[in-house]
Amino acid sequence: MPSPENKVATDNPGSDISLEIHDLTVAYHKKPVLWGIDLVVPRGKLVGIVGPNGAGKSTLIKAAMGLLPISSGWVKVFGEPVKKNLTRIGYVPQRESVDWDFPVSVMDVVLMGRYGHLGLLRRPSKQDRDIARECLDKVKMLPYANRQISNLSGGQQQRVFLARALAQESDLYFMDEPFAGVDAATEAAIVELLHELKSRGKTLMVVHHDLPTARRYFDSLLLLNMRVVAFGPTDQVFTHDLLQSTYGGRLTILSEVAEAVRAKE
Amino acid sequence: MSPFVPDFDFQRVFIAPWARDLASFGWIALMGFFVTAACGLVGNFLVLRRMALVGDAISHSVLPGMAVAFILSQSRGTLPMFLGALVAGIVATVLIELIHKKSRVKQDAAIGIAFTSLFALGVILINLYAGKGGVDLDQECVLYGEIAFVPLEPMVVFAGQTLGPIPVVRMALVALVTALLIVLFYKELLVSSFDPALAVSLGISATVVHYALMGWLSVVVVSAFESVGAILVIAMLILPAATATFLSRRLPVMLGLTILHAALSAVLGVHLAVWLDCSSAGAMVVAGTALFCAAWVFNPTDGLLYRWFRERLKAPAVHPG
Repeated sequence: MPSPENKVATDNPGSDISLEIHDLTVAYHKKPVLWGIDLVVPRGKLVGIVGPNGAGKSTLIKAAMGLLPISSGWVKVFGEPVKKNLTRIGYVPQRESVDWDFPVSVMDVVLMGRYGHLGLLRRPSKQDRDIARECLDKVKMLPYANRQISNLSGGQQQRVFLARALAQESDLYFMDEPFAGVDAATEAAIVELLHELKSRGKTLMVVHHDLPTARRYFDSLLLLNMRVVAFGPTDQVFTHDLLQSTYGGRLTILSEVAEAVRAKE
Repeated sequence: MSPFVPDFDFQRVFIAPWARDLASFGWIALMGFFVTAACGLVGNFLVLRRMALVGDAISHSVLPGMAVAFILSQSRGTLPMFLGALVAGIVATVLIELIHKKSRVKQDAAIGIAFTSLFALGVILINLYAGKGGVDLDQECVLYGEIAFVPLEPMVVFAGQTLGPIPVVRMALVALVTALLIVLFYKELLVSSFDPALAVSLGISATVVHYALMGWLSVVVVSAFESVGAILVIAMLILPAATATFLSRRLPVMLGLTILHAALSAVLGVHLAVWLDCSSAGAMVVAGTALFCAAWVFNPTDGLLYRWFRERLKAPAVHPG
């Protein structure tokens, strides 16, 4: 008897599965960071990736996008290898991964999201600029379009990155800690944006490190610690036993987990 | 009257070079401008990628490439020298990456290892092969060219028109192609410098851009070296870009300012060299450094002078009495 996932896959090959990872292993300097990851993410899911520091959360999304060499296994996006579907993938890197003193304006950064749709030697057109402006408006950053990026607060920087991801007009988004170090207003704006994207059938894979909010923000959770501990709807996965096996015997975190579980009950 | 600093005679320093020796000073200034502009344009991207010293490294690493090209072709022709330098520049880049990625050695140390060993290899190759058969190629002529000799080089004649001395015409072409490449591949250069991970996720290979930049850097360096020497090249990879950083926070404007810096450094350098009767290349670097300092002190957004005034004006309010 086939499992429900298999049934979906065979009925409608490729189209309802946005991300499929099979037996993925990634190693840094011969030391495995991710081990035998198997994952099938249907379309239209808002997935939070949680796990302790060093669990390989960022590594997982980078490897899935082909940014890191993988030791074994494969990744398919909408039924095809990642390289063939790059324009359908959007990426929000960690805010600290870039130099915010770089001599570009907010508009320049958002326009980078359009580069994947332009060929070699082609410059962003008026249409690309209009799209970029719309995306900036969606994150309430349009008035800052001509600002130099070093004059932005942390929350504003994150909104610019989100606008850039929106400008990519992708179907599958990978976001690396978009909530890290942002103000409350930005946090609420990001949550709203994630849900809006999900309601439009986009799939979102979001690395998140705060457990209590993870339960509220995401409808699916991927508990990760080198391996997939659990993946499923938040209310089924966010249990004491599963969180404990994700975070191991780390006392401080365990008490947080206990608190989070209590808050749930 | 100091014996070390000659008298400043406005007529002699500023008027005479153009009135009496326009041909020679004109070519020297133009050569300085093209070298500085080409180096400065490429240098902007090196500085943005925090690879300023890689330029220094590549400029030393081209020596073995030119030596091997010379041994294989038995000539000091332009094409073999260019190809040799290009290959050497890329080998140096690969070597730096290899040492840095495959061992615990950090990038700055990897740069130090790669370029000194390649430079040493070049010296040995020249000692072994080039001296024989009475052919002249030595490390001095590669690294310590003299810009003052540029006007004496043979002229390029194209379609009946005398264009200029060979090195000047060659350098003008290199500067022009540099500008053209930056215009054509602006978005690839921009995104791979700002956010390499995003670039790769967009299908723009950060690695390809990196090697292409290093390869072109080698071409710029070698076309400048023979005639102007290492000091001008290495300094001008960093100075114009660093100066532009003070004056604008928009990359296209910075690139324009780089060219302005190149023109001013070249002209001021020529006058300084006439005044002090010293090396033109050295004087151009000093002039470029003076412009850098001026931009540092006087720029209107966060210049030292502006900050000093602002703090002076603010101080009484903050600390009364």
